Amino acid sequence: MPYEAVVGLEIHVQIKTCTKMFTAAPYQYGAAPNTLTDAVVLGLPGTLPVLNYAAIEKCAKLGLMLGCEIAEVCKWDRKNYFYPDSPKNYQLTQNEEPLCVGGKVEIELPGPSRNVEGDHRWVTLNRIHLEEDPGKLTHEAFETVIDFNRAGVPLAEIVTEPDMSSSTEAVAFLNCLRNMIIYAGVSDCDMEKGQLRCDANVSLRPVGTKKLGTRTEIKNLNSISNVKAAIEYEIERQTSVLEGGGSIAQETRRWDVESGSSFSLRSKEEAHDYRYFPDPDLMPVQMDRSRINELEAELPERPLDKQRRYQEAFKLPFTLTSVLCVNRELCEFFEDALQTYEAPKQIANYITNDLLRELSAASEHGDSALDVGKCKLTPAHIGILSKIIDEGIISKQIGKEVFSEMFVTGEMPDAIVEKKGLKQSDDTDEIEALCLEAIACNAKAVGQYKEGNTKALNALKGPVMKATKGKANPAMLDDLLKRLINKG
Amino acid sequence: MSDLHFKTITELAAMLAAGETTSVSITHAVIERTAAVDAQVKAFLSSDPEDALAQAEASDERRALGRAIGSLDGIPIGIKDTLAVKDQHLRCASKMLENYVSPFDATCITKLREAGAIIWGRLNMDEFAMGSSTENSAFQTTCNPWNLETIPGGSSGGSAAAMSAGEAIATLGTDTGGSIRQPAALCGVVGMKPTYGLISRYGLVAFASSLDQVGPFARTVEDAALLMEAMLGKDPLDSTSIAPEGETNYAAALKVKKGPWKLGVPQEFFGEGIDPEVKVNIEKAIDWYKEQGCEIVDISLPHSELAVPVYYIVATAEASSNLARFDGVRYGHRSEEAKDALTLFTKSRGEGFGDEVKRRIILGTYVLSSGYYDAYYLRAQKVRRRILGDFEKAFEQVDAILTPTSPTPAFNRGERANDPLAMYLSDVYTISVNLAGLPAISIPSGFTERGLPIGLQVIGKAFGEADMFAIANAFEQGHDYYKAVPAL
Repeated sequence: MPYEAVVGLEIHVQIKTCTKMFTAAPYQYGAAPNTLTDAVVLGLPGTLPVLNYAAIEKCAKLGLMLGCEIAEVCKWDRKNYFYPDSPKNYQLTQNEEPLCVGGKVEIELPGPSRNVEGDHRWVTLNRIHLEEDPGKLTHEAFETVIDFNRAGVPLAEIVTEPDMSSSTEAVAFLNCLRNMIIYAGVSDCDMEKGQLRCDANVSLRPVGTKKLGTRTEIKNLNSISNVKAAIEYEIERQTSVLEGGGSIAQETRRWDVESGSSFSLRSKEEAHDYRYFPDPDLMPVQMDRSRINELEAELPERPLDKQRRYQEAFKLPFTLTSVLCVNRELCEFFEDALQTYEAPKQIANYITNDLLRELSAASEHGDSALDVGKCKLTPAHIGILSKIIDEGIISKQIGKEVFSEMFVTGEMPDAIVEKKGLKQSDDTDEIEALCLEAIACNAKAVGQYKEGNTKALNALKGPVMKATKGKANPAMLDDLLKRLINKG
Repeated sequence: MSDLHFKTITELAAMLAAGETTSVSITHAVIERTAAVDAQVKAFLSSDPEDALAQAEASDERRALGRAIGSLDGIPIGIKDTLAVKDQHLRCASKMLENYVSPFDATCITKLREAGAIIWGRLNMDEFAMGSSTENSAFQTTCNPWNLETIPGGSSGGSAAAMSAGEAIATLGTDTGGSIRQPAALCGVVGMKPTYGLISRYGLVAFASSLDQVGPFARTVEDAALLMEAMLGKDPLDSTSIAPEGETNYAAALKVKKGPWKLGVPQEFFGEGIDPEVKVNIEKAIDWYKEQGCEIVDISLPHSELAVPVYYIVATAEASSNLARFDGVRYGHRSEEAKDALTLFTKSRGEGFGDEVKRRIILGTYVLSSGYYDAYYLRAQKVRRRILGDFEKAFEQVDAILTPTSPTPAFNRGERANDPLAMYLSDVYTISVNLAGLPAISIPSGFTERGLPIGLQVIGKAFGEADMFAIANAFEQGHDYYKAVPAL
């Protein structure tokens, strides 16, 4: 009997706020252990949580971005369990009345090749709720140490419906989700820093049936490749259990990166009884409708909406939009450049090829943290560069040189052209002399051209370009060479 | 030795203002009195006379410079061991916190310091405020100053006994189900529990968060009113604290408000289980109000008989979660037998907590467990709303409600120690007030033949402290019970 997989994800996202969710202690990644704590974070006797409203607003924004309903009232519950990373041995969370309900995320599946756009579909969400992050345990040889810096950081838990059918869909979902969260400014979603973590629920059912099979939950998936590998492993494992006549036990499993396999962490019988009950220290949060409307108005365009718009309005190909639209800053840069000079394809090319190449080269040279917002190159630089090329002032070839120069110095392209004397040469006499020389020296290429091989012309263009240091107008050069050959 | 230690705050404030005494003299008197009688009473777990005298000197210096703050400036106030005072032990009378020192002041302590009060000593209590006799302290058993064979009530037994024996001019306690009012009644002093939210709970080690309130013990109603004025108000560190509407100049108001009032008497509070002497005494008090022209209205609080079971579900549920943080990981007792995380929890908690605390944690864990939550916790919350509904209905007709504070006077040590249910019934008249979040005060209303104090409880409307104080003050000033002091 053939089976199909059903996959649901639970994604924890650290919300970027200045202070923690229930106290004024600050948070930043990478600080010395236990330096970002206070009496509330450590759960000292007599302390009480006080809500950081910024976490609510950011989570509401995330919910709006993902098409959720924002609840009029959300409430806090205590999830009770003993674990050394949990300072109070209960976690403040939203069990009964979460902030965001429902929602759906558009995802883009991989196409047949990198350059071809894949299918789009929607993944349905169940809810997004807020909770507090616990501390971090590090197991050493003979002891376990705890860092409470992370404890109390606001965490949004995004729960999908069991709405995906493969690791490919799960990965596509995570990539699209990540883009949207970063777009909304809610989190940086750096999985290496634990800012985005994922658990996967996997079950199988006979193809064509509706009833969900028994699911297992796989924890500790801290990279997208782990998510992919763990889901594939679990589908295979469950398939072989079912095909061997066995049945799936409901359990929580832990993914082991080293061995590339998962092992059972606890069975259904051993599952925690979290003894949820309403937290008596925090008041329910009343959401102000007009504030929600404001937040909604502040939302950025969703990445895939932007991609569609760029393809339709600017006629950009997928090869460009797929690079451009995953990065909100690049898109803003692009649209700003269009204000200077409206040549979408040319500008998009400069951004996705030249700019990204220069940025990554600069980063490799230790010029760290170089991003679009911080480099010397402004959208106007690229706009003007495109313009002077279109106007025939410089050739595309010279444009490359100008680009590198302005990336380093921040000088305007026209100034560079002026300073370095890069203006395209229209001195026909000089070029004609050079062309005649090239024709005389390359009888073979001339012969090939005459036989109909138009590409042979390039062998003649090369020496001319070289002699003029690229300043010869390529279109004009083409015409001139053809005319001289035909004449001779 | 003068009798400064038996004077009221109002009397001492007048003497201080007139230059007839100093804070150092008052503090000395209290220190000497404590040295003289506390070997018998055993109200204090610890005290720091030097620290108290340093505070007193500062107060006298302020006064000398003409910067005296108000009625409380220079007045020594004893503190229950469940309220955090910076750099002092915060043991909650538990082995669990035997070596714990608080790094911060509770908000009520901060406010008292701002009013110039002298923070004086740590007062004994039932462990984590769980009990009605102070016999559950892990360190010592406090005696009732009126009869050293009897208990002082609880859980704030140390606060009540110290007040009664003149070891402080006033004391603070906490009241979750009667823990201020019952010991006040049994020790013949004034004890008051405010409307829920009126005083910040920040720095009060939580037992049952939705019921806990800080409140004063004092010699007179007026003194209690002065202490309340100093401590009340919205606190940014406690989300459940509330800025009160209406009259909060209680001490001034009680001199103006003269009645006559409409006073409700719930028949349910005079039935089975009440000591005949107590019954006669309270009926006499009611008659006195009638003689003063008050209208006495028979009211019914039909759900009050469910208050004790509801309380032991709600309070233990919250306690089981609140006390989870005491795990030996970050502070508090840590078992030397622990071998791993699990035994660190189980052994530390097993060794650190006393029997009554364990009993309530187990009960609370049970009522929150999956499968029992609806039948116990949820149902108890529904009944709790009905109990509040009874009071709301009654307060449509009356200004305040008169009841006995405790069904019996002080009982002998050990008498109920092995009978938890009998012990729980000590709070049968006080518990419903906490469940409804209302203010109530216990004032001395006479003595039994054996010479043990009896207390009259006046229950006010939510935030109706001003009327409640005035009604209690009228009875107090019409009698001289409050002037009686135990012979030690």
